Parts: sequence; structure tokens; C-alpha cells
Amino acid sequence: MLQGTKAKPQQQLSLGQRLFRDRVLLLFALPGTALIVAFHYVPLLGNVIAFKDYQPFLGINGSDWAGWANFSVIFTGDPAFLQALKNTLILTTLQSVFVFPAPILLALLLNSLFSERIKRIAQSILYLPHFMSWVIVVALFQQMLGGSGLLNNYLRSHDLATLDIIGNSELFHVLLTSQIIWKDTGWATILFLAALSQIDSQLYEAASVDGASRMRQLWHVTMPGLRGIIILLFILRLGDSLTVGFEQIILQQAAVGRDVSEVLDTYVYNNGVIGGAWGVAAAVGLVKGIVGVVLVLAANKVAHIFGEQGVYSR
Amino acid sequence: MTRRIVNGVQMPSWPMRGFKGLVLLVFCAAVIIPFVAVISTSIAPNKQVTDSGGLVLLPRSVDLGAYQSLFAGGVVTQALFVSIFVTVIGTLLSLTASCLLAYSLARPGFTAGRPILLVVLFSMLFSPGIIPTYLVVKGAGLLDSIWALIVPTMVSAFNVIVLRAFFANLPGEITESARIDGAGELKTFAYIVLPLSKAVLSVIGLFYAVGYWNAFFSALLYLNDSKLWPLQLVLRTYVINDTQLGSAELGTEQLPPQSSIQMAILVVSIVPILLVYPFLQRHFAKGVLTGAVKG
Repeated sequence: MLQGTKAKPQQQLSLGQRLFRDRVLLLFALPGTALIVAFHYVPLLGNVIAFKDYQPFLGINGSDWAGWANFSVIFTGDPAFLQALKNTLILTTLQSVFVFPAPILLALLLNSLFSERIKRIAQSILYLPHFMSWVIVVALFQQMLGGSGLLNNYLRSHDLATLDIIGNSELFHVLLTSQIIWKDTGWATILFLAALSQIDSQLYEAASVDGASRMRQLWHVTMPGLRGIIILLFILRLGDSLTVGFEQIILQQAAVGRDVSEVLDTYVYNNGVIGGAWGVAAAVGLVKGIVGVVLVLAANKVAHIFGEQGVYSR
Repeated sequence: MTRRIVNGVQMPSWPMRGFKGLVLLVFCAAVIIPFVAVISTSIAPNKQVTDSGGLVLLPRSVDLGAYQSLFAGGVVTQALFVSIFVTVIGTLLSLTASCLLAYSLARPGFTAGRPILLVVLFSMLFSPGIIPTYLVVKGAGLLDSIWALIVPTMVSAFNVIVLRAFFANLPGEITESARIDGAGELKTFAYIVLPLSKAVLSVIGLFYAVGYWNAFFSALLYLNDSKLWPLQLVLRTYVINDTQLGSAELGTEQLPPQSSIQMAILVVSIVPILLVYPFLQRHFAKGVLTGAVKG
């Protein structure tokens, strides 16, 4: 711990004196705090345009109040909004079922390797895609699986039927899901591998002496060791469940059309920034944000009821 | 670090080991092959690229014509300068602001420490939304400015928390002795704390740098002027959307096949990450886990 040695104990100084004493530290904290406030908290005020008929040339103060009118797309069920909501829910379900468990399985696989060398090499390879931008990932998928990509060129040169994967609206949700798996599964194993390395190897030996098979050991020793981190990450995932990959989708939206590709975030962008319906877009964004916070708090509550730590304690 | 003996009693059966090896091999191949194909195509001779109808897995010889065209001073060269500027300046500013904030929060007895820490932590619970953030950036006069790519994402609350946890775990005696020797906060920070934190600084620096290098949406949202486009936007326009890159855009008459040029742009945007990756890799687990230990 860093210890401050000051002549007087804190209690004898007034708040003003203490702030003056810590002026250098205050100066240190200022730029970072100001930026977080400016780009995380001040935008919250901007949500007021959800209740206004916002016109950019009039400004926020000059625009008329609109009451709850902007929220009508949500409450009366505007078809475009419902479609975006539906796609979001489909994608978030796919992600929870396929993307979420993938790194757990991969971590178990890596952890069970006997050769540390192979494990290290595999890790260096598998972590890499995480550092690629979505633009690069989408471009790579196009070049590999697209109409004139590596796979189809190969099939064509061997007189086989080509596969229509990129730009195929029926496969779009599957494509999005596999892109996320490709990009982030390796990286996401880090936390699980760390948790696995914390498990006492004596537990495995004891279980083995008692006659537990490898599957039994997995269930009774490994899984309890991973439970905390799995629950923690699932809560965080739940809070993000209405966020299903914005850049990734924007990049590929033109190819497949909005019917299958519009999600809540792209709806906000396309209607607000592109379409000029600022108030409606802000209203949808605001509701989405509130639902996200409520989901995290609720999931955390449930975790506490089941005796788990969750994201924050108490 | 091999003290973890996973199940020292039973060896798995051969079919099981074969199966695991296969799964791992497929996964690794799926990651590597795209990179190999992209790099190969970018350096393959023109004729091979045209004959193959697009991508090449193994170049017959090396032809750097595509790169010469890219670096002839056209849109790609321009975008490369923008990306390098944003990444270098952005990372330096991010590290400075984040470290200073984290250091002040790691000092016990800092009067405003508790409320500021809560401000930082609480900001991680929600994301402010696209429209309101856009309005703030617009209000700050950053639209169509290169600083729009830096300022809004300059301080990440998560990174600050990781740094704070690391600084707080440094042995107190060292900073103590510095202070007794008459060093102020700034000297202690710059000459004692920072040199002891190289591992965590390199990981956090990498996270920031990759974030800036890869930033695509902020550029799309805030920049209309295509002169200010970073590499990622050029990549989207000329590779994903397949817009033709002619001699007007490239600033040269020499035109290799379109797919050679496209793959060369991809390589230019991937290589910087590949270059720093091996040096920083050993610090990954440490950097990621410090933040997970305590907030």
C-alpha cells in the first residue's frame, strides 16, 4: 500500500485544508475524471431530446417539448421497430447459446493438454483474432467465404457446387454468430484458464482415488471451480443482451437488407444520425439503456439469492 | 509454471486425445489460413492473382507492386498517416490521463479519492447511447476533426481500475522512502511508480493502441471529410464495399490487380498489430487479471 506521511492526522484538518494539501493529486485526477464525466455522464443529459421534437438547427433548448410522442414507436409497435427488436432477441439468444459456452469448452480443452508447449502455441494463435477490428474480420470472412472467395474458387476449380454464404439473408444470423466465435472465443478463455489454474490438483487426485471417472471429475471438481466466473460473466452478458454487435452489423447491412440485419442499435443509428428522426432514435436508445441497467441489477439480485457474489457484493 | 498437474493419475484414452488434437487443429487453422491467404495474395505476382480469380494461398514469387501503388501518396497513404497519428498521440494521451487518475485513486488518504472512484466505477454500469454521445461531440466542436477519434475514448474506466489495482499493490515502503528523500507526488509517480509498472503499462498501452488503430465507427459517425479517414474506413470502402481503386485515388498510373491492392490494404492494417503482439503477449494474463482481483 502506498502510505501518505503527513504531519497532522486527517481529523484535525478541515475539508478545505485537506483538499489544499492534496492539490497535486487533485490535479492528477482532473483530466481523466473530466473526460469520463464529459463522455459518460454529460451524454445522459442529452437523453432529454427523447422527450423533444429535436431540430438540430434549433438546438436542444430551442426545440419544442414532445412529451411521450417519441416513444410511440415502442408502445404502439411500429413494424420496423418490432423487426429490429425481433432480430436483436434472435441474435442475443444465438449468442447466449453458442458464443457464451464456446470459450468454456475451449478452455477445458486447452487445460487438459499435457504439453505446455502446444498449449502456449495454441494460445498465441487463438488470442490473435481478438485484436483485429470488425472491418478486418468482415473483410477476411468475405475473402474466405464470399462468392469469389478462397472456398468458392476452390470448389469452382474442382467443378463442385459453390456455397452462397456471404450476402445470403437466410444465413445472416448464423454468419454473425460464427464471426463472433471466430474473433473472441480464444481471447475469452483467459479468464476461464485463470480460474482453472486455481483449482487444487489434490482435489483431482482425491476424486480419482475415490474412483471418479474423468467425466465425474469434470462435473464434481472442475465445474464448481468455474461456477463463480461463469455466473459473473453471464450477468455481464445479460446486461448487454440488447447489444448484439453494432459495427459488425453496420458493415454487412447493405449486402443482406434491413429485414434480417436491423437491430436496436442500428435502428437508432439509421433513424437518428442518418434519417434525422433524432427524438425517436434517442427514445429507443434510452429505453434500451434503461432495460440494460435493470437486467444487470436484476441478474445480480438473483445471483445473491443463490448465494453467489455477482458483479458487486451486498 | 508447470506445477499444475491436471489429473496426474489417469491418462486420457488415445481416441480422446486424437479428437482433442483435431478440434484444436481445426480451430487454429481457421484462424491462420485467412491471414496466410491475405498476405500471400498481396505479394503474389499479378498473373497468378488474375489466373486464380482472387486469392492465392502460396505465392509463386514475390511482387511488391501492390505496396508500391499503395504508398504512392494516394488515399491509402493519407489514411495511414491519419491512423498512425491517432494511434500514437491517442495512446500517449490515454496512458498519461489514465495513469495520473489511477495513481491518485491508489493513494490512501486522498481526500476526494472515494467520490472520484465511484464516478469512475459507476460509469462502467451503463453506456451513454449513440445519439446523446454524438450530440456531446458535436457540442464540443469536434465534428470533422481528427480529435473526434481521440478525445471521446481517451479514458477507459476499466483500464483506470486495472492500473489503480496495480499501483495499489506496489510495496508502500518504496514510495515511502522516496517521500522521505523529499520527492513530491510528481517525482514519486514519474521516477518510482511508473518504472515499476512496465508490465501493466505495456498491456494497457496495447489495449488503447489497438482500440485507436481499429476504431471504425467513431470515424464513420464524426468525420464527413474523406481526407481525415483512418485506414479502417478506407478498408471498408475499398475492400468490403468493393469500390474500385483507380489511379486517381492511388496517385499512380501503376495498377496491379484489384484483389492484390485490396489484400495489401488489409495487410497494412494488420501488420502493426502482428508486430507488437509477440512482445506484449506474455503480459496479457497479468494485465487482464489485475483488474479482476479487486475493484
